[in-house]
Amino acid sequence: MTIKTHTAGIAQAVVLAALAAYPLVGSEFYVEMVAKVLVLGIFAMSLDLLVGFTGLVSLGHSAYFGVAAYAVALIAPEFAPANLWFVLGAAVLISAAVALGIGLLVLRTRGIYFIMVTLAFTQMAFFLFHDTALGGGSDGIYLNFRPEPRIGGWMPFDLAEGSQLYYFILAVAVLVFVGIKRVLRSPFGRVLVGIKSNEHRMRSLGYSTFNYKLGAFVLAGALAGLAGVLYAVLFGFVTPELLSWHESGHVLMMVILGGMGSPVGAVLGAGAMVALEEAFSLLTTHWQLLMGGVILAVVLFLPGGLIALPGRMRQLIKSGGPHE
Amino acid sequence: MSDQLLVADKLTRRFGGLSANEAVSLTLTRGRLHALLGPNGAGKSTCINMLSGDLPPSEGRIYYQGRDITALDAPQRSRVGIGRSYQRTNIFPGFTVLENCRLAAQSRHQRAWRLFANALGLRDTLDKAHAVMAEVGLEAQANRIAGTLSHGEQRQLEIAMVLATDADVLLLDEPLAGMGSEEASRMVGLLDTLRRSRAILLVEHDMDAVFAVADEITVLVNGQLLATGTPAQIRSNHEVQQAYLGEEAFHA
Repeated sequence: MTIKTHTAGIAQAVVLAALAAYPLVGSEFYVEMVAKVLVLGIFAMSLDLLVGFTGLVSLGHSAYFGVAAYAVALIAPEFAPANLWFVLGAAVLISAAVALGIGLLVLRTRGIYFIMVTLAFTQMAFFLFHDTALGGGSDGIYLNFRPEPRIGGWMPFDLAEGSQLYYFILAVAVLVFVGIKRVLRSPFGRVLVGIKSNEHRMRSLGYSTFNYKLGAFVLAGALAGLAGVLYAVLFGFVTPELLSWHESGHVLMMVILGGMGSPVGAVLGAGAMVALEEAFSLLTTHWQLLMGGVILAVVLFLPGGLIALPGRMRQLIKSGGPHE
Repeated sequence: MSDQLLVADKLTRRFGGLSANEAVSLTLTRGRLHALLGPNGAGKSTCINMLSGDLPPSEGRIYYQGRDITALDAPQRSRVGIGRSYQRTNIFPGFTVLENCRLAAQSRHQRAWRLFANALGLRDTLDKAHAVMAEVGLEAQANRIAGTLSHGEQRQLEIAMVLATDADVLLLDEPLAGMGSEEASRMVGLLDTLRRSRAILLVEHDMDAVFAVADEITVLVNGQLLATGTPAQIRSNHEVQQAYLGEEAFHA
């Protein structure tokens, strides 16, 4: 057990060091791609909080991601850079508020109905930005300037600079990762895992599970919003597709691919998804077909996702041993 | 009569046209074990579900220490001090025995806002979990995964979890079901000690156990209260003999 946690700690340190060193060696294109993986990793971790830890399969998680991204674009002035801390705080708060409103309604349903209503809400959000003047139609909105992290007169770093933007995103991703780990071992986090295991029993033990689920829903929405802000800042434009249910399915697939119930798995899933999409789209224009095949294979042959792979290998080696 | 903890006053529960419980009244007193008897389908589960808040009554009121708690849901009733165990083992099978008990104990001081606190570092909760494991005799199994325990041990765990919530009213739905005779007698001994400071409602099929430990017995038939009394009174009640128990059982 201690050896295992030790190995995991070393592995995490190595990965972090590699991520920190990457801009020194990688081309601009790939640095941006790794930044995208980190952003989607935050998004996937936020969804995993619901799917993997609380047992709430949401098919509407893109709503909070997209709403925050749009909030950045709409709050930012047209001819001057916005203040990063202001747009970040405002957009995350808006996402949290939207999650609170939607959560109050959808958490009254269960199972397949929960999946359907979350999907319905994200589609409503999609059409709100797609079909009204608010969201600039199907073309979306361009961000003319990257927000500035100005505190008073001081600029601690500059997001217009590619590698500094990368390090900012990496720092946020690490903070979210560590934060989620902490939350999961808190009394609140233990209750969420209990709800996933046996909600009825949690209620009879005195936990008003609705409030806990709502807390998880708002927290997950806020973190998805944080990812949405980073996405808008990274790519400099937002489109209604960010809110569509395809995007919700996309992030759900990352969670499944990486392995539910593990923040590391969620980031792994995001990385694998982006890498496979990139590789397959170089091979063929029908890359989505290949992608579907991979997802299917993972669900069928590796139910625990990529994160379960080392354990599976160890098991295979162990069971293979005595036959030699 | 000052230690009356839970009073059910004419509880009725209808499912469509069927009355599963019809004006059932009973009183649970601190220091006494009250058994609920009745053939299958008599409405015992409906009754216990109404008391625990799993099922709202169609009519009637429930009082806890004189306070009307009819409108409280299951979590609220648990927090008031009414704990329940289930007929079919209802635990967290994937967690350790310790975590099962710890979660139960944590429900008394939930601290939901302390998002960055370490749950395993909360001493009061952890101490409580260890205390209840010791009380039911599961201390040695603390780090076992609950799902791998024997059936009897899982029943003990179920009781430990209720105890961890500091409940002073225990609603126990067939805690002896499926237990071997040795395990069952240990459980009966445990019930005997638990009763001293609490009020217990015991739904149980095992007649010997019921007549051995009960201070009072209520017999339900077809959702109606047939008789309430001491074991001796119930034993000699002619209606009860005819309706449910069969004459032989009493002369054995």
